[in-house]
Formats: sequence, structure tokens, C-alpha cells
Amino acid sequence: MSEEQIKSLENQFEARIARDEKIEPKDWMPEKYRQTHIRQMSQHAHSEIIGMLPEGNWITRAPSLRRKVALLAKVQDEGGHGLYLYSAAETLGISRDEMFEQLHTGKAKYSSIFNYPALTWADMGAIGWLVDGAAIINQVALCGTSYGPYARAMVRICKEESFHQRQGYEIMLKLSQGTQEQRDMAQDALNRFWWPALMMFGPKDEDSPHTAQSMKWKLKRKTNDDLRQQFIDQTVPQAELIGLTVPDPDLKWNEERQSYDFGEIDWDEFWQVVKGHGPCNKERMAARVNAWEGGAWVRDAAMAYAEKQQERKTKQVS
Amino acid sequence: MSTKNWPLWEVFVRSKNGLEHRHFGSLHAADAEMALENARDVYTRRNEGVSIWVVESKHITASNPEHNGELFEPAQDKVYRHPTFYNLPDEIKHM
Repeated sequence: MSEEQIKSLENQFEARIARDEKIEPKDWMPEKYRQTHIRQMSQHAHSEIIGMLPEGNWITRAPSLRRKVALLAKVQDEGGHGLYLYSAAETLGISRDEMFEQLHTGKAKYSSIFNYPALTWADMGAIGWLVDGAAIINQVALCGTSYGPYARAMVRICKEESFHQRQGYEIMLKLSQGTQEQRDMAQDALNRFWWPALMMFGPKDEDSPHTAQSMKWKLKRKTNDDLRQQFIDQTVPQAELIGLTVPDPDLKWNEERQSYDFGEIDWDEFWQVVKGHGPCNKERMAARVNAWEGGAWVRDAAMAYAEKQQERKTKQVS
Repeated sequence: MSTKNWPLWEVFVRSKNGLEHRHFGSLHAADAEMALENARDVYTRRNEGVSIWVVESKHITASNPEHNGELFEPAQDKVYRHPTFYNLPDEIKHM
């Protein structure tokens, strides 16, 4: 294809997106659109899969059967969400194995929030309430994204995640009505997860070089800072309702903006964790690689069994 | 390490009797039986279906969007296939 032809295709493509038309797997798309989507969708899928680890760790220690079935269901949902997203990413021509390879070698990232440890039962509450709460805000914005398979996966995920946040908040609510020790535990979990949750929306707009392009492709429909503000505004009253204090001395209602002003985020910490120096980066990756390698014989055995069955069927027919 | 990867399957789910099977997504599985079981876990965790079809993705032949013109444009100028093409008096009933 000549450069002129490509330019013309690109113009038609941008016009389709501007008209709010969806892009489907076999449609022509600029290479950069394909690559950006593979990167974002696979990172999103990896986040779901790694996100199973901090919570999976608490399933056997859930304080009641009610909490245990809820946590099991939530972790299973996250596995399911990872699978929706991997499948959607595969429609862009990357294989599942390539994506796993990128995750396991550290070439692909996942959400930094999962590199923080889940130390107490209250962390299950804080994660559901804050981490899933932040994820929902990001994901609702993505339901209208231009790439059809991604948008469809997002719609399913958003429908399912509402329970994740509610079960988390319920855990916090119960603890906040409990003994002093339980209330302290809930406050401590909020203290540790508040700032990392704010970082989930990514760098400030002025430090986010891809924002303009991503907004144009509707891969982002609101900027990082807008989404972060929305999260703060809706979460602060939820904390107040159960008597917990948001660990930010600069947090203050701004009457004029009808929004909360908040303190400076520690971006050094953010970049440290992104670069692999968070409290649990190594542990998470080791658990993931171990599961993949340890499960190899099961995958091989299933494949060998399927082939044998197929052979037997073919023989019977002939 | 694994030498062979599980093939890709497309999943179709009937939400309830009376409705058609609709494409829900895809997944990897070693064989059809496992594809059905995985589809149950991945796509119907909340009573989304009463029946599942799985078909290996390689067996699906898809039209190419680049040929959309020759495939679908011929239908565009055939307005006489729609009831509104026909001019009838307003007084006419039951038609």
C-alpha cells in the first residue's frame, strides 16, 4: 500500500471513530491503534489475573462461611474477567502464550496496586471497596471505547463488579461497628490502601503522554485526573458514613468547585512500584510463574488425551 | 514446557428458551467437552444461559469487511423491499 492510500484509510478510520462507530477485529486499523490496544487490553487482563493473588491468600482464613463464599466468587470473577480480556486481545492477532510470555518476563505491566500486601482481613474490605471501586470508575468509562470486543468485555465486567465493591464495603461497615481492635483494623487498611488506590488512575494528566491519542480513539473517555477526582468525591462520604478517616490532612471540601481538594500524591512511590520495587512485585510474579510452569503437565496431559480421543473416533469411523 | 497450545473455541449461549444462541466470547480448551465445561464457568456464572454451543474458531468462515461493498451495497438501493415504498391512501385500514 502506498503512503497516500494509508493516509486515506487512516482518515476514514478516524472519521468512523468520530461518528461513534465501533471497530471490529477484521476491520482495517492503523498499526498503532492495534498495538496500543494489545498493550492496554493485555495489561488489563494481567491485572485481573495477578489481582487474584492478594485475595486468594485470604480465602482459607475468611471469618465466616458467608464471607468465604463471597470472596471465592469474587476471585473466580476476576479469573473470568482476565479470560474475557485475553480473548478480546487475541482478536487483534496476539496469542495467549505471547501475552503470558510478556507478563512472565516483565515486559508487560499490570496494575501496581497488586504489589501491595494484604496483611489483615480488613484489607479484603479495603480492596473490594477502594480497589474495585477505582477499577469500576475506570471501567465504566471504557464501556464506550471504540474497539468492539473490548467494549463488550467491559460491559460484562462492569455488571459483575458491582458486587465486588459492595461486599468489600460491607466488610468495612461490619468492622467499623465492632470492637476497638476491629475498628482500628479497618482504619489501618484504609490508611494503607487510600493512596495506592488514588494512584490506580495513573499519572497526572500533564505527565501522561498517551492521553491525547487515547482520548481521540475513545480508549479513554475521561482523563486520569478527572476520574481520580470522581473517585475521591464519591468515596470520602462513604468513609465518613462508617466513621473512618481518610488519611489525607489536606483533604477539604471546596464549595466553589463542588469537589474535594486533596493532598499531593507520592509519585516517586508510584514510579518505584511500576519499575518493580514495590513490596510484593517479586512475590506476585514468582507465584504467577510457578502456577504457569507447575500447571504445564496438566495442559499437556489434557491435550494428549484430546488427541487420543480424536484418533479413536477417527478409527471407529473408518 | 508445553509444546502444543489448547485451540481457541467460540462460545454461543441461549439466555432462555425462546431466544436464539448468541455469541458470548471465546476461550481455550483441549477438546469440545472441556470447552463446554469452561464456557459454563467463564460465561454463565450468574444464570446467563440454558444452553451452550461451542465451535472451534478455525471452523468459522467470516466475510471480509473489505468486501462489504460488493456483499451488502446491492441491498441498499432496493427500497421496494420495504412496505413504506408503496403509496396507499391514508383511509386504508389493516394493511
